[in-house]
Amino acid sequence: MAEVFFFLAAIGALAGAIGTVALRNPFYSVLALVCHLLSLAALFLLLRAEFVAAAQVIVYVGAVMVLYLFVVAYVGGAEDPIRSAGSPSLRWASALFAVALFAELSIAVLGTGLTVLGEEGAGYFAGFGTPAQIGQLLLTDFLLAFEVASILLLIAAVGAVILARRRTGLEDPREISVADLMRTGSRDRTTGGEAGTMIEAGGPPQR
Amino acid sequence: MSVEWYLVVSALVFAIGAGGILVRRNPLVILLCLELMLNAGNLALVAFARAHGNQDGQIFALIVMVVAACEVAIGLGLIVAIYRRKLPIDVDELRELQG
Repeated sequence: MAEVFFFLAAIGALAGAIGTVALRNPFYSVLALVCHLLSLAALFLLLRAEFVAAAQVIVYVGAVMVLYLFVVAYVGGAEDPIRSAGSPSLRWASALFAVALFAELSIAVLGTGLTVLGEEGAGYFAGFGTPAQIGQLLLTDFLLAFEVASILLLIAAVGAVILARRRTGLEDPREISVADLMRTGSRDRTTGGEAGTMIEAGGPPQR
Repeated sequence: MSVEWYLVVSALVFAIGAGGILVRRNPLVILLCLELMLNAGNLALVAFARAHGNQDGQIFALIVMVVAACEVAIGLGLIVAIYRRKLPIDVDELRELQG
């Protein structure tokens, strides 16, 4: 029974991965990645990693992918013409590189004399991978990693807000509202406006 | 199922993600391919945790998820900033940092 579920989930994961890379519209790419992540969560469950699977579904599929979808909808995911990587030769070279990388990884992992490889895996105790066990480990053995992760999240949140805010200053407090951002954004686009360069980013307000 | 199968799936997903980063030019899709590679690493970590009957690998996978979430937040912030400057959303045309 486990074999059936494994192959179903593995096929879903691989199909999602290929879809992410191959679909032209970024919106569909994100949806393919959601499929991939859900299949991966099933694989985690098969590996007795309940908490990681739950976090995968809630954090990745629930939060990160929704953020992606909003940004794709905002930026308007320009259709990527599939002549993507400049020349076809470069695309073939990329595909060749991917195949070579897979072969090398397989040889490196399966060719070693790791004793765990041939087995079903070590015996596990009741409660392996449950939130209680993971939480206890996080707050005892891995407390430092836990705290560093929280600081990293704080820094990333502040950095994302600073990166994505409007650059032209905030003299007008109404500029903070999202609707206002959208309106001024569309007006700038229609008038063509002062074409910005990277150098202006973060510079003084342009008047 | 023995652990090798999971490792082979992980290697395949990693290779697909690496190929995608080379092929695609839209930074949004490149971020998605990065996610693929990070998840392949996660799958290998969890598979080895199961193989050894030890939960440390699962903790590692959770920390990788945190790092991936941070990377997504910063990367999407950059893309929104690029869009606001009316620059092309295309990694081949964003060359100003090359000097």
